[in-house]
Amino acid sequence: MSTPNDPSAPAAPPKPIRLAPIVTLDAKFFWDGADKGEFLGEQCADCNKLRFPPRPMCPHCHSVKRNEVKLSGRGTVYTWIQPRHPAPFGFKEPPIVATIELEEGYRLVSNLYDIALEDVKQGMPVEVFFAPTMGNHQVPVFRPRAK
Amino acid sequence: MARTFREAAIAGIGATEFSKASGRSELQLAAECSKAALDDAGIHPSDVDGMITFTIDNSDEIGLCRCLGVKDLAYTARIPGGGAAAVATIYQAMALVNAGLCNTVLVWRAMNERSQYRFGQPHTQNLGPQAGNGTGSLLWCMPFGAQTPATWESLAAQRYMQQYGVTNEDLGRVAVAQRKYAATNPAAWFYGKPITLEEHQSSKWIVEPILRLLDCCQESDGGVAIVITSLERAKDLRQKPVRIVGACQSIPYNVEVISNYYHADLSMMPEAEGTAKRLYAQTGMKPTDMQAAMIYDAFTPQVLKQMEGFGFCKRGEAKDFVKSGQIDIDGILPVNTHGGLIGEAYIHGMNSIAEGVRQVRGTAVNQVKKVERVLVSSGMAGAIFEKV
Ligand SMILES: [Zn+2]
Repeated sequence: MSTPNDPSAPAAPPKPIRLAPIVTLDAKFFWDGADKGEFLGEQCADCNKLRFPPRPMCPHCHSVKRNEVKLSGRGTVYTWIQPRHPAPFGFKEPPIVATIELEEGYRLVSNLYDIALEDVKQGMPVEVFFAPTMGNHQVPVFRPRAK
Repeated sequence: MARTFREAAIAGIGATEFSKASGRSELQLAAECSKAALDDAGIHPSDVDGMITFTIDNSDEIGLCRCLGVKDLAYTARIPGGGAAAVATIYQAMALVNAGLCNTVLVWRAMNERSQYRFGQPHTQNLGPQAGNGTGSLLWCMPFGAQTPATWESLAAQRYMQQYGVTNEDLGRVAVAQRKYAATNPAAWFYGKPITLEEHQSSKWIVEPILRLLDCCQESDGGVAIVITSLERAKDLRQKPVRIVGACQSIPYNVEVISNYYHADLSMMPEAEGTAKRLYAQTGMKPTDMQAAMIYDAFTPQVLKQMEGFGFCKRGEAKDFVKSGQIDIDGILPVNTHGGLIGEAYIHGMNSIAEGVRQVRGTAVNQVKKVERVLVSSGMAGAIFEKV
């Protein structure tokens, strides 16, 4: 695996133009995981409930102890749109932006690939993969999967 | 001063012109609209003792005090949540007067939101974790190309539209109704410029397949100010007092201002339903007690969702209510009779609050007949204004 600033890294395809994630201390685990191709969730270490967006305290039992857990990467499409005007930064063509309902029971915003806007259906099964960003980071994105 | 409960009223409203290039500073706009509102009330500017604005207003309280000559400011507060919380400024002003803490509360919002910066363009600057913006999760949208208010709105609106079979044409009827009001309002940017549904349907997609250009509010330069005092004092001032019967806010668990994707069911608005429930409980009133409503219309779906959230229609039925002309001037519930943020100007919802005041006073250019009460909503805050 190539790392940032590694002079021996093989020449990469065209430089990614997608905006890098904004990394906060409470969500650093998520983006560190994404950099390694891992799709992680935050789980309370005391009552085992998952939560998103990440936060320093469990709203159920108020524990500040947390575990990072690997998520299945499977979910379904909840809503989807295509920003047309103005064109979003970081894309050659406007992407499909979607809210994905994860198998683990919460939603997040991401992109849908390998499908045309008019073919997307609510509840369509999708799976995670990773897309590169500026600054040698990665973000989780989704594509259709067989049921 | 003695701290006894006092009823609150709106005594003055003021505004600058609404434009796309004001040619002066935001502080000047703030000072001009504040002076206009105080003049409207007949209160000397030096008497202001409370000031409330939005967290994201760029003018400083002390800067504005130095313009107005405010001699002793007793209270300041700023409301987070952008336009969604606009009516919460009135809520706080009411509470201050009720509590006997202030006599003259000035609420203002002034911005060069077209000529100096543009809310409608991608918000890729300054979107790290900042308290006070009111929405915490925009950073979970940025790398995915959801970078404008229109995209954030659309990602939630689609669920509502799918659930109830609302089409973009249904949204278009909201825009047509509001532009009709704006067309006869000389203060509106779109004065004399009504639109047809066909023009709406041929306007370009901003976010496909949810919002077209004509579904979106404007970007505007301008300022609006409102003066709140006790009802008793307001009766002796220059204008007919507008009683604030009640006002409140509701931010249910897991609700955000615009990147609002984390609560259970995106086909409804828990914040509007929560505000409505609290407001009706506080006032003992119900939707049929209102003769008009001013509803925060950053985008057309907001109008339908809030009409349902406040109980003017059952869930999913607002589109038919609009289609049958019920938000027009002679309908059951005229809505955004100044043209709204779509037709008049986008002063972050404050110009719609001012229109609510004019309707109760009986001085609106598109005056609704026999107005006793008006509901004003900005999604997660609401208020009821009443004729005295
Ligand atoms: Zn817990």
